Amino acid sequence: MTPLNRDQLVALAKSQIIETTPQALNERLRNGVKPLVVDIRERDEFEQGHVPGAVFIPRGFLELRIEQYAFDRETPIVLYCAGGVRSVLAARNVKEMGYEHVESLIGGFGGWKSAGLPVKVPKMLTGDQKVRYSRHTLLPDVGEEGQLELLAARVLLIGAGGLGSPAALYLAAAGVGTLGIVDFDDVDLSNLQRQILHSESWIGKPKVESAVARLKDLNPDVTVVPYREPITSANALDIIRDYDIVLNGSDNFPTRYLVNDACHFLRKPLVDGSIFMFEGQVTVYHPGSPEEGIVQGPCYRCLYPDPPPPGEVPSCAEAGVLGVLPGIVGSIQAVEAIKLVLRKGDPLIGRLLMFDAMDMTFRTLNVRRDPACPLCGEHPSVTELIDYEQFCGMPARE
Amino acid sequence: MTTVLIPTPLRRLTANQSRVEISGDTVGQVIVNLDDTYPGMGERLLDQNGDIKRFINVFVNDDEIRTLQGANTPVSAGDRVSIVPAMAGGC
Ligand SMILES: [Zn+2]
Repeated sequence: MTPLNRDQLVALAKSQIIETTPQALNERLRNGVKPLVVDIRERDEFEQGHVPGAVFIPRGFLELRIEQYAFDRETPIVLYCAGGVRSVLAARNVKEMGYEHVESLIGGFGGWKSAGLPVKVPKMLTGDQKVRYSRHTLLPDVGEEGQLELLAARVLLIGAGGLGSPAALYLAAAGVGTLGIVDFDDVDLSNLQRQILHSESWIGKPKVESAVARLKDLNPDVTVVPYREPITSANALDIIRDYDIVLNGSDNFPTRYLVNDACHFLRKPLVDGSIFMFEGQVTVYHPGSPEEGIVQGPCYRCLYPDPPPPGEVPSCAEAGVLGVLPGIVGSIQAVEAIKLVLRKGDPLIGRLLMFDAMDMTFRTLNVRRDPACPLCGEHPSVTELIDYEQFCGMPARE
Repeated sequence: MTTVLIPTPLRRLTANQSRVEISGDTVGQVIVNLDDTYPGMGERLLDQNGDIKRFINVFVNDDEIRTLQGANTPVSAGDRVSIVPAMAGGC
């Protein structure tokens, strides 16, 4: 056998293998009979970007694994590497296995890219992320895929106080990729008994700034979007629109009705929590999602058609609250938000969870949609955001 | 006797008890008897028309009474009546 040098071997291979241009391949992928496109580069090269729809089989495993993707020897196959040399050599070996229509991409991935053709960058966990989220990815209900969904998720927190603090910390730790936080308050010494997001050095400074600093320090994967303003009928829709899920930790009735109505109009799931002294409530108001098999549940107005008259229900500032209580309730809200992102488990839709720290009891009560609900009922009378201060300032029934 | 679970904001009317035993064959009767035993309860739970206030939910066992027979929902020994008012606190 005549010895061949590198160039001679490549020339021989090229004489035996059909080569295709990036443009021609692109055309076939878009409009023709789609060939099996195989990226034979190394994993890190593939992860940085590849031809859309390509499967990844590194050169060293090509012959061993190609049958998993194309058992039929008639299958048209296009191999590509970085520059078009390795793939033409590899194609010869695949052809020897009996694959009749195996081609090599001229110029490889470099040629594809410089032709300006679309590149798919697969989302993958980085090395650090694999370690950081390993206790999540070990869970069959999360896995790498679920973790990537968390990283792509956008959750809005109304309030960076008692409920918002643990919720924000756990959601950030869990790698929820974007956390919006609405709060116009400054950190006060009296907050620190329960609002674990903040610390003494932040007293007198905006809560959202304290939150951004703490959460970025906890997990740099998370983008924290601060809104240092009260949420109002004027800005609620614009703020909430950008998020997948809203977690309500507000401390007053007007905001609760406002957030409920805005979430209803925008069809966003709302994870609601509230606390009082030693007692907490959590539920999920969900607009329904047929593709996920989720039936629309009740809204806040189904449960509480009218607000209590001002003063009838004392606030935490008047009655006090056990510091740990929001830690439990806000953490449960975080669990529910994560379940909604992952589409796993049984969310608290149509169920009101009651927690009593004194009795140390959890109970779930069934709550239903009210056909007469002014917002989500059969004949709604609330069809846009209203003046919620006025709504809550009025006597409950006149 | 029916067990009535008292929410935190109303416990000052029940000398801080979180659950009390009250007689009555319907939810309506239980509330009337609750007010007899713990004066002030009726005022907190019912509006001028005697209806349950619209920011308060009452459950028999796990179900809200509007989905049952309202104030006429029958109760018997061993049933649990829960009073759940709206709470706004997130602080
Ligand atoms: Zn409703």
